[in-house]
Amino acid sequence: MSEKKKKKLTPTQLEYQEFAKAREPKRPIVLNCLKAFFVGGIICVIGQGIQMLFITYFHLSSESAGNPTVAVLVILTVLLTGFGVFDHIAQWAGAGTIIPVTGFANTMASAAIDHRSEGYVLGVGGNMFKISGPVIVYGVFSAFVVSIVVIIFRALGVM
Amino acid sequence: MEKFLWAFLIGGAICVIGQLLLDGLKLTPAHTTVALVITGAILGGLGLYDPLVKFAGAGATVPISSFGNSLVKGALKEFDSTGPIGVLTGIFSITSAGISAAIIFAFMGALIFRPKG
Amino acid sequence: MLHGHQTWVFDSNPTIISSAAVGGPHEAQGPLAEDFDLLHEDFWLGQDSFEKAEKKLQEQACETAIKKANMKKEDIQFLLAGDLMNQTVPSSFAARTLGVPFLGLYGACSTSMEGLALASLLVDSRFAKNVLVCVSSHNAASEKQYRYPTEYGSQKPPTAQWTVTGSGAALVTDHGDGPKVTTATIGRVIDMGLTDPFNMGAAMAPAAVDTIEAHFRDLKRDPSYYDVIATGDLGRVGHRIAGDLLKKHGLDIPEEIFKDCGILIYRKDQPVVMAGGSGCACAATTTFGHFLNRMRKGEIKKLLVIATGALLSPMSYQQKESIPSVAHAVSIEL
Repeated sequence: MSEKKKKKLTPTQLEYQEFAKAREPKRPIVLNCLKAFFVGGIICVIGQGIQMLFITYFHLSSESAGNPTVAVLVILTVLLTGFGVFDHIAQWAGAGTIIPVTGFANTMASAAIDHRSEGYVLGVGGNMFKISGPVIVYGVFSAFVVSIVVIIFRALGVM
Repeated sequence: MEKFLWAFLIGGAICVIGQLLLDGLKLTPAHTTVALVITGAILGGLGLYDPLVKFAGAGATVPISSFGNSLVKGALKEFDSTGPIGVLTGIFSITSAGISAAIIFAFMGALIFRPKG
Repeated sequence: MLHGHQTWVFDSNPTIISSAAVGGPHEAQGPLAEDFDLLHEDFWLGQDSFEKAEKKLQEQACETAIKKANMKKEDIQFLLAGDLMNQTVPSSFAARTLGVPFLGLYGACSTSMEGLALASLLVDSRFAKNVLVCVSSHNAASEKQYRYPTEYGSQKPPTAQWTVTGSGAALVTDHGDGPKVTTATIGRVIDMGLTDPFNMGAAMAPAAVDTIEAHFRDLKRDPSYYDVIATGDLGRVGHRIAGDLLKKHGLDIPEEIFKDCGILIYRKDQPVVMAGGSGCACAATTTFGHFLNRMRKGEIKKLLVIATGALLSPMSYQQKESIPSVAHAVSIEL
């Protein structure tokens, strides 16, 4: 039976941590939120525009236009990542580029590009999901759990 | 156009939630996106995400939370048409385009580009 | 000779007969660019991976230092080298190229002074005549290994530091002219329970303070003995913490002489640099380039460098371990 030891900090350590925290430059949370709001909003507006283009010129329904829209955003992200521009935008925008699907595409593209030097199979293939793995795993697992719960609730007449 | 305004506002707001998780709770980007995906799945299961999509358009479909919602919707839609096994067969039905595009184009990116550092 | 608990005094005063500093694009834009022997425009050095480029950086630093001393690699008994990569691959592969009997070291960013201390010990104890010390770090290679892919769009906080792309080498001998290595204090591993890998400065400051105090205690010296006391890569955040912590412990180092290589190597307005430079090459290139040049001109007569290293790995961080640190101090005098 493994011993579950919670790491307890000594008084000296706690004292030092407070000492260090007081001398730490604080993250500009408000400014970062404003930047994230602005860039995230713009990316969604671009997405909205692309979606409307697909509806108007390709005669897709508003539901099925969502897919090619995502694909276009993915391609744009891969290009920006490849040209070395995306990480600079992201340093400024923070969650504004991480949260939209651009973040997901960037994790895949950046990992794939970086590991080219280890070959296409083990390097690119083996590392592509390094950072995006958690999103897929937890997305699918939580969707699975939620679906089961919904099905049970429906069967019980609750939903 | 009203649709664009709401896309901007709602999309921006979801990103602000993400930024607060990153800076306020000091979560890593991976933890933050996972939190939003799970939230999207739960809201999707409760039927609360679709009204948001109707209202905000891309402001709700572009953020990663929509991924969670689409996974749930796909599973439930397939369950309704083919029964319990549908939960497994349908989960990726709506999101397949996004994931496939990401894999295909990320791979092509690796063929063409070198990291800039 | 051992002095006090953890300090060596090198009675024969081993000489740093030559040294070399090689850097990358960001170092070329920094205030110490003139003190580099070689500066590269990009991270690749004509190689097809970042890791191979780092090996090349070490080879160049070693070869330059040997050439400046008018020696050949056959004259060197031992090579002490280290870096930040898994299994210290750049060092091992550079050692393969040089063909000198090799001792690989790992002290994270403190490796430069660890190496200099050991090299001086070998020469002072007459177990070697000529020892080459070389360390390196590469920004893209270490980001790829320790944090995220280089094109990944994450937002670095203001406490983050920028790993120096470069290599520093020093040739320690029992003859010749040059600054002398007089003492070295070997540090203990200190862990104050900090866990943020984007704030190395705060994690490493206690180790620097512990070693500095041990140095002055063992030698019964005063900070006023030195013209410059420089920490390796605490950066703006860690350096301030260290200074305040030393004052709190009653050891006051005057601001004019208390420096940090991570702060000196980049301009404050250089983008991406955040709190300052880090990496093995930070202390190495600043010391073996800039500081030794100033010593050779007579501007500095007594120098104390305390290189600091954060001993974490990506896995230790994922396993919820805190960040232990170590700091090694070496004094160099004319």
